[in-house]
Amino acid sequence: MENNHPRAHRRACLRIVIALLSIWFFVSFGCAILFRDWLDANAPQVGSAPFGFWMAQQGAIICFVLLLIVYAFLMNRLDAKHGYTEAK
Amino acid sequence: MTQDHLNFIFIGISFAIYIGIAVKSRAASTKEYYTAGGGVSSFANGMATAADWMSAATFISMAGTVAISGYDASRFLMGWTGGFVLLTILMVPYLRKFGKATVPDFIGDRYYSKLARGVAVVCAIFICMTYIMGQMRGVGVVFSQLFGIGVPAGVLIGASIVFFYAGLGGMKGITYTQVAQYCVMAFAYTIPAIFIAIAMTGHVIPQLGLIGDFTASSEPVVPFLQKLNNINTELGFAEYTSGKLSTMNMFCITAALMCGTAGLPHVIVRFFTVKNVAAVRKSACWTLLFIAVIYLTAPAIGAFARVNLVEKLHNTPYSEVPGWFQEFELTGQMAWVDKNGDGKIQYFGPAKSELGSASVFQGAKPSYPGYDAPENQRIGRHGERLLANKADDSNPNELWFGNDIMVMANPHMAGLPMWVIALLMAGCIAAALSTAAGLLLVLSTSISHDLMKKIIKPDLTDEEEVNYARFASFAALIVAAYFGINPPSAFIAKTVAFAFGLAASSFFPTLLIGIFSKRMNREGAIAGMLSGISFTIGYIVYFQFLGGHADQYFLGITPEGIGFVGMLINFGVSFLVSAFTPAPPQEVQDMVENIHIPSGAGDASEH
Repeated sequence: MENNHPRAHRRACLRIVIALLSIWFFVSFGCAILFRDWLDANAPQVGSAPFGFWMAQQGAIICFVLLLIVYAFLMNRLDAKHGYTEAK
Repeated sequence: MTQDHLNFIFIGISFAIYIGIAVKSRAASTKEYYTAGGGVSSFANGMATAADWMSAATFISMAGTVAISGYDASRFLMGWTGGFVLLTILMVPYLRKFGKATVPDFIGDRYYSKLARGVAVVCAIFICMTYIMGQMRGVGVVFSQLFGIGVPAGVLIGASIVFFYAGLGGMKGITYTQVAQYCVMAFAYTIPAIFIAIAMTGHVIPQLGLIGDFTASSEPVVPFLQKLNNINTELGFAEYTSGKLSTMNMFCITAALMCGTAGLPHVIVRFFTVKNVAAVRKSACWTLLFIAVIYLTAPAIGAFARVNLVEKLHNTPYSEVPGWFQEFELTGQMAWVDKNGDGKIQYFGPAKSELGSASVFQGAKPSYPGYDAPENQRIGRHGERLLANKADDSNPNELWFGNDIMVMANPHMAGLPMWVIALLMAGCIAAALSTAAGLLLVLSTSISHDLMKKIIKPDLTDEEEVNYARFASFAALIVAAYFGINPPSAFIAKTVAFAFGLAASSFFPTLLIGIFSKRMNREGAIAGMLSGISFTIGYIVYFQFLGGHADQYFLGITPEGIGFVGMLINFGVSFLVSAFTPAPPQEVQDMVENIHIPSGAGDASEH
């Protein structure tokens, strides 16, 4: 338990949260809503679907699942580094 | 063997499984009743949460909404899954660490105030109650179709089954039945989609079919979505991939749905059933994965169903329509009014008329002449069922159908085998029952734990508390069943749609600041909650019920999306008020510090 610094842990944790939520905002509100028209016209199509449309109906949801997996992985690693991991 | 026999067999088997599980894992203590003893595995909890989260409305109506509004429906797809990301990253790990069994518990302790706890209890009961009414209605409708009984009898059957395992089994009974219900739902949703994808696009995976080519016709092969856009514009609808909503509205509605999701009490409590904070994170991954299975399939089902519907019905003489059309006419979910008298069904969108409307008849819903009316008022020249509504002759559209039938009619339209339809029926019932059970539990614990034990009678013993919870769930179910049988006018029906806006403007900011700010105090939180929710309610009531006109919308935002603005107001007021009032007591500040340390979460139900 020697690395047990609540403050450092909390700051690192906030960094992870902010980074992941920026991606979250970018894929959903960014790609699928705000920049959709531009992406539909200029980005390569996914299969035969316009990129923005595909992001709105499929891509964003896939990204959300990946985000949660990354979150669980990063946070568990951070907890281990600070000695917060619990015995199973 | 007929369709009815198969339906009976599938639903009978699924019920036998649910009840068997409920009896085997019924709760014996308050701990098991509220949080299933805190030892549910992440995988099982993930499935149970997914089943809890997906209501009958999601299961039945979502694909239909996608089919009708195309891109615009993405707000629901992203709103409900994206909200889950917020919930996992910002809320549940900390609330789980805090270690109390309910959401009002956290608000009451964090803001050291019985008033705040009371407000939270009322919000939780209101949100859950509006939700559960819809579920009971859904169960009733499915049962009445299945067995040819009235909706009231269907609601009562559904209510007694839910009471049996939710009221008696508590969280433990519910969790394991929900696991079984998720499996039924997932199969029921994906199997028809796979069959249809193969038939229409030659792909086994529906999601690939959606972005693939349309191969079911003899004409030159075109991309599936292009085919859909062509159909839509030809018939006078907006392009499927473009949508009609403004960017501003899409943004606000999606944001309100996301933040509302992150404030829903019945989803949050599910995470109190796992062992520790690490297990919460893992369990959330499983949950979203299981939800995504269904949410990624919905757009494919919607798109396939739309093409199928138009190909099968548009410009088809009534005498040649498939048999299922008459069945849906009989249940009042589809209707045809032969405006031009040519005996063929025509289906057109708003762009085909000068007034921009596509209504088939006057009034919102079809109504029919009574059974004692003369035959020429009930049955038309071509054998169709006649409506009592007057035809709306301002546009050429002749086909009316409810959103709900897209999922139900899809297997019929694609000509799938009978057992697929029976499976779908079982899936619908599983979706409604699992959500109703989860909501019922939150309702009963809100009453027995937060209201009775924490506010009215602090000296309740464990055993008395569980008895109160059982009694409360019984009472709540009776109220819900009553409103399921007699839906209380359009008011509640509309309010359900806005429940997310209300949750976004009340619970979400208060929980979030409570977790991440040490400085936020009682005064700020209460002022924020009240101003956020009253602004949102006021806006909704003004435009929905007091005849406010669309020209007066604030920045063009519809009432559906106003919860997002209400949320910003809540944040603003909270910080402003707390800046001018004293900081919270030291022990509360220590508590906030403590919930950020992930270890030592202990049992969720230690009081």
